[in-house]
Amino acid sequence: MAEVLVYVDHVDGAVRKPTLELLTLARRIGEPVAVALGSGAGDTAATLAEHGAVKVLTHEAAEYADYLVVPKVDALQAAHEAVSPAAVLVPSSAEGKEIAARLALRLGSGVITDAVDLEAGDEGPVATQSVFAASYTTKSRVSKGTPVITVKPNSAAVEAAPAAGAVESLSVTFSEQATGTKVTGRTPRESTGRPELTEAAIVVSGGRGVNGAENFAIIEALADSLGAAVGASRAAVDAGWYPHTNQVGQTGKSVSPQLYIANGISGAIQHRAGMQTSKTIVAVNKDAEAPIFELVDFGVVGDLFDVVPQLTEEVKARKG
Amino acid sequence: MSLRIVVTVKYVPDATGDRHFADDLTVDRDDVDGLLSELDEYAVEQALQIAENSDDDVEVTVLTVGPEDAKDALRKALSMGADKAIHVEDDDLHGTDAIGTSLVLAKAVEKAGYDLVVSGMASTDGTMGVVPALLAERLGVPQVTLLSEVNVEDGKVTGRRDGDAASEQLEASLPAVVSVTDQSGEARYPSFKGIMAAKKKPVESWDLSDLDIDADEVGLENAYTTVESASERPARTAGTIVKDEGEGGKQLAEFLASQKFI
Ligand SMILES: Cc1cc2nc3c(=O)[nH]c(=O)nc-3n(C[C@H](O)[C@H](O)[C@H](O)COP(=O)(O)OP(=O)(O)OC[C@H]3O[C@@H](n4cnc5c(N)ncnc54)[C@H](O)[C@@H]3O)c2cc1C
Ligand SMILES: Cc1cc2nc3c(=O)[nH]c(=O)nc-3n(C[C@H](O)[C@H](O)[C@H](O)COP(=O)(O)OP(=O)(O)OC[C@H]3O[C@@H](n4cnc5c(N)ncnc54)[C@H](O)[C@@H]3O)c2cc1C
Repeated sequence: MAEVLVYVDHVDGAVRKPTLELLTLARRIGEPVAVALGSGAGDTAATLAEHGAVKVLTHEAAEYADYLVVPKVDALQAAHEAVSPAAVLVPSSAEGKEIAARLALRLGSGVITDAVDLEAGDEGPVATQSVFAASYTTKSRVSKGTPVITVKPNSAAVEAAPAAGAVESLSVTFSEQATGTKVTGRTPRESTGRPELTEAAIVVSGGRGVNGAENFAIIEALADSLGAAVGASRAAVDAGWYPHTNQVGQTGKSVSPQLYIANGISGAIQHRAGMQTSKTIVAVNKDAEAPIFELVDFGVVGDLFDVVPQLTEEVKARKG
Repeated sequence: MSLRIVVTVKYVPDATGDRHFADDLTVDRDDVDGLLSELDEYAVEQALQIAENSDDDVEVTVLTVGPEDAKDALRKALSMGADKAIHVEDDDLHGTDAIGTSLVLAKAVEKAGYDLVVSGMASTDGTMGVVPALLAERLGVPQVTLLSEVNVEDGKVTGRRDGDAASEQLEASLPAVVSVTDQSGEARYPSFKGIMAAKKKPVESWDLSDLDIDADEVGLENAYTTVESASERPARTAGTIVKDEGEGGKQLAEFLASQKFI
């Protein structure tokens, strides 16, 4: 069976959920071979093996943290040479897409970004993309070279599928370009204790209607009662009420949770682009004409300052 | 000293219009108004600021690869203050994918001459966010992308990249390819004077032969990716909408419980 390279997104050895979803998709096409790079790479093997990696290629070097993108491209290229895979799958983060594109160019391949599903096909893997702010669904494939495909978080279930996960060290020679862009400083994002926005099963978002940074406490309280991540519209972010890392939409994060709760958000096309593929959508808005209501499974026309706290109390009461 | 900046800008269908696909599964550009991708306005803005803050002799050139009407995008960028424009237009470019587009842009940037390329974070139609990285790979220069803050001084570019896990401070020597986000600073509106001046600014037109690119390297037929189908997403079935009369939160909780979320 053909092998499929899976690029591992991890933080000091802790594998992030989208990578495990990639392993599920990779198994539809062939045998997953994971590539883990940088500090803690070796610590990823057990988790990856549990989810189907037959092999884990690792390489630790300071370059992966000290320089932008290119060292990782060099490593994936080396892994491609070593394995001759049927496809290369990369998580669709901003960095993941850049790595994938440069790799594809080097391999003489095409690249497909932001796939939301992947199936085996007669002429190679077929990727589903959700485009034009999720108003169209396309199916595409790479027609030249080894397909390089990036996949969005929450596109597949994480499945247990124990495999050997044999660790092999990858030998990588860095290119001249590898040290072109130096990372001279790094401020890790503060952890909020809440789930990662792109990975969360439930996202509770606030928009301009929240009307102030201090009022986001209402949104956070609802999120915490549901174990959800907190999102924000660009209007709320631009006003300085909530950090940009929490922005949902075209220029923020794209989320696809089981449940999305929009509070005081009108539903502009650029916001929809980041949340329209959510399974269930709920909104609270005082304007019955707000476009967000076109998307909802359940909507409440009302003042969020009345509705949201009542909902939070009710959730807490029901959860006991 | 002089500094040559090339800003890559894309002409896209208006996101608030009814965007759809043509029969050959490329973007239908006939029925929807086109415009300069809003996210590329940020690239033009940062290039102009770099020019304004520099003691060097700076020239800002805007470059687009696109159909005839893409001139509108160039005009807008010129009216914001760019010095000159290059339009790469060729019938054989129809349907070119990201790998092919990056080839055309790279050849055009090289022909124009550059010390710094400034791109947007992503287009508002394809939204891939990969062209700047591809350009850097092709040109063999540093990629300094997704910056929310950018500075150019003493032959170096520095900036802040806000990533998923951390905010990073980056540094590279020129020549380099930069891309900037919508957090980099509001783009200016063209002034009346700017609009008038833009009409007199030079717009060069190049085709594939000017760039020594063969027709079989680009276009739909030669793309590295193939779109097999495109279908309109079925409209979401109309949901239940209630008016809050004191029980809205409870009714919402009831719905969430019925869906097993609580
Ligand atoms: C290139 C580009 C990229 C963009 N990217 C993004 C993006 O990534 N994400 C994004 O969100 N936007 C993005 N935007 C902006 C987008 O167009 C909208 O301006 C934005 O989404 C509006 O945010 P909002 O819904 O919070 O505010 P508004 O549109 O002002 O809506 C506020 C809503 O709150 C309701 N409201 C007010 N008070 C209350 C109350 N007390 N109780 C209940 N409801 C109340 C109002 O009825 C209204 O519907 C982008 C725009 C452009 C041009
Ligand atoms: C819905 C949709 C999905 C697509 N999916 C794929 C895919 O999976 N794989 C693929 O290979 N192609 C794909 N394409 C084609 C691809 O969008 C175009 O080839 C495009 O030229 C490059 O990608 P982008 O628009 O996403 O640019 P991005 O990488 O998002 O653009 C980033 C920046 O690059 C510059 N730039 C991009 N294009 C131009 C241009 N023509 N002229 C000047 N500057 C430019 C701008 O500064 C822009 O801000 C898709 C197109 C559409 C409409």
